Amino acid sequence: MSGPSTYVPKSAFGRWFEQRLPIMGLMHSSFIVFPNPRNLNYFWTFGGILSFMLVAQILTGVTLAMHYVPDARLAFNSVEHIMRDVNYGWLLRYMHANGATMFFLAVYIHMLRGLYYGSYKAPREVLWLLGVIIFLLMMATAFMGYVLPWGQMSFWGATVITNLFSAIPVFGNYVTAWLWGGFSVGDPTLNRFFSLHYLLPFMIAGVVILHIWALHVPGSNNPAGVEPKSSKDTLPFHPYFTIKDGFAVVVFMIFFAWFVFFVPNFFGHADNYNPANPLVTPQEIVPEWYFLPYYAILRSIPYKLPGVLTMFASIAVFAFLPWLDTSRVRSGTYRPVFKVFFWVFVLCGIGLGYIGSQRVSDATILAGRLLLTYYFVFFLVILPLLGLLETPRQVPASISAAVLGAKGAAAAMPRGVGAEPSVKG
Amino acid sequence: MKFTTTWKRLRLAAASLMTASLLVGATSLSVAAATKLNAEGLIIPQRQNWSFAGVFGRYDRAQLQRGFKVFHDVCSQCHAASHLTFRELSEPGGPEFTKAQVKALAATYKIKDGPNDQGEMFTRPGKPSDPWPWTFPNDESAKSALGAVPPDMSLLAKARTVEYGFPYFLAEGLPFFEDEEQGPDYIYALIKQGYMDPPKGMKVPSGLYYNAVIQGSNHLIKMPSPLAMMFDSAGKPNDPKFYTDGTPITEDQVARDVSAFLMWAAEPKLEQRKRMGFNVLVFLGVFATLLYLVKRKVWAGVHDAPPSV
Repeated sequence: MSGPSTYVPKSAFGRWFEQRLPIMGLMHSSFIVFPNPRNLNYFWTFGGILSFMLVAQILTGVTLAMHYVPDARLAFNSVEHIMRDVNYGWLLRYMHANGATMFFLAVYIHMLRGLYYGSYKAPREVLWLLGVIIFLLMMATAFMGYVLPWGQMSFWGATVITNLFSAIPVFGNYVTAWLWGGFSVGDPTLNRFFSLHYLLPFMIAGVVILHIWALHVPGSNNPAGVEPKSSKDTLPFHPYFTIKDGFAVVVFMIFFAWFVFFVPNFFGHADNYNPANPLVTPQEIVPEWYFLPYYAILRSIPYKLPGVLTMFASIAVFAFLPWLDTSRVRSGTYRPVFKVFFWVFVLCGIGLGYIGSQRVSDATILAGRLLLTYYFVFFLVILPLLGLLETPRQVPASISAAVLGAKGAAAAMPRGVGAEPSVKG
Repeated sequence: MKFTTTWKRLRLAAASLMTASLLVGATSLSVAAATKLNAEGLIIPQRQNWSFAGVFGRYDRAQLQRGFKVFHDVCSQCHAASHLTFRELSEPGGPEFTKAQVKALAATYKIKDGPNDQGEMFTRPGKPSDPWPWTFPNDESAKSALGAVPPDMSLLAKARTVEYGFPYFLAEGLPFFEDEEQGPDYIYALIKQGYMDPPKGMKVPSGLYYNAVIQGSNHLIKMPSPLAMMFDSAGKPNDPKFYTDGTPITEDQVARDVSAFLMWAAEPKLEQRKRMGFNVLVFLGVFATLLYLVKRKVWAGVHDAPPSV
């Protein structure tokens, strides 16, 4: 995806095929010889990890759908049928349920890496926007997926979230009734959520292709935040980054496998092993952990419509990030003041998540409002002003200068002399 | 010289770590020893030792068989277990009754089936493939007989939990601290420790019972103490030879056995899962190590000089 390919097929059939459909050349230029900055640290492996998670979710999900029944009377039992009677059904379901958690964990690290290193800045704004769209699609997919087992949390979570749309002035109740396909969450809701839950991952896959395309036009950002200036600054994708990403994916799989095999219900909610009952409201309705910060924001606002709008704004604000951050320096490494505000923002997100998991009290409302204020001030005030007020540190002249240190920048240095490898582990 | 100071520091660090963990352990022990009420008059169920806990956890067959007897003789008189089938009782990783035992057991139940070719419903003896039959034909009949529908028992151990709160819940996900046994902890505490005399001045309405493990609504539960059906008020068993494997029957033993059985009923693939999980972790660990070594080899020298590509 980066200009004309220099790929020459070895076999006669390969040459014949390449003239008609140059897909091998496309793969070759995108994933074999594609030049990547040589100073990428392990935070840049989360793109590969996310691709792996998307494929894993689709494979387990398609197989689960062969045994699952989207019917309000049968859905809960069909999930239990998968757990007990389908060969390795317990493995498929635990992988899929924990896979959603791993997917969000990886995407949050991926997004925070982009935020820290200014990966959304010119010329990568479209790349970032496509990422925001993927994130929105992921949230919709995860929410609808959580409804499918038709347990108590599924049912009541669906009720709470779809009720948000009733905040729309005048048409609110019509919109919710239209979403439900009835006068409450029921069989039609379950059916359409199943249909959409199956559809959206393929839309995600489509946008991921655009995301990679938009990545391969300017190439990856890097920890130094300066563009590659010569071939000294880059390494070919294969073998350098295939092996590095491969290693990172396997380490991530160890983390994933721990939860699947030894604490598979750690991220779940016990109440979801009780079948949905429209007549019994659970003591507490709590979303999955990855939605807790947004849930906290929703509950911090005392009025319904402003609460819903603030919650959506807290996600939409990511789309404006490329224009809100006015700093000319990309990488947070060279922005001493930004760094502090960044880490406070990370803590603020974790704090909002904690507040979202707690029972509402005066203290949690107050804490939620303070954190919510910082959340928006960070995006709307701190980032625009900081770019103008902060004095960044000296940015390295080139990537190879950043990697090899000032001495190593002299390209004529003999092999084996010079700085230690500086790849962050 | 330098080595000895480092060593001293390490020892100091280790000693202080151990002291700290002992202190933490002692506090948690004192909490555990006091199965006492908290400020709201609530018993927080404590972690129990289960044979199926941990990476190498396996069910204790004899315990599951004893727990099944309690379930069969007591619990299932009122509770349904709709996801449990007879055949699961003989499958690997469970109580592992013999196929003949399970076939004979299933045949003692009358199952409504049909319609036959004349269009009539009929009753037939149970088969191993049948789900566990319920005493009541439907929820309404259970409600009219008992005053409420007793919860289905087949998933109960996963549908109940103990909330330890932040930050303790984080530890429940970590190796060596992992805890997926809150359900059986809860059930054990509910039947063994929860039933007690209500606080002075509190009137318990008829048909309800006081249980300090139940949250909310004044700690009232509709289920009478199941142990009170098997033991007199002094804790002497009605049937000293209840367990056929020679295990002495005590209230504690019955509560433990039935909690373990319910965990198996809710998670019958636990042993298969943990066995496979260990193999998967070993494989991935070796694979990751090899990949790391290859990665080091591939990247060797890359940061020393301009790449030769």
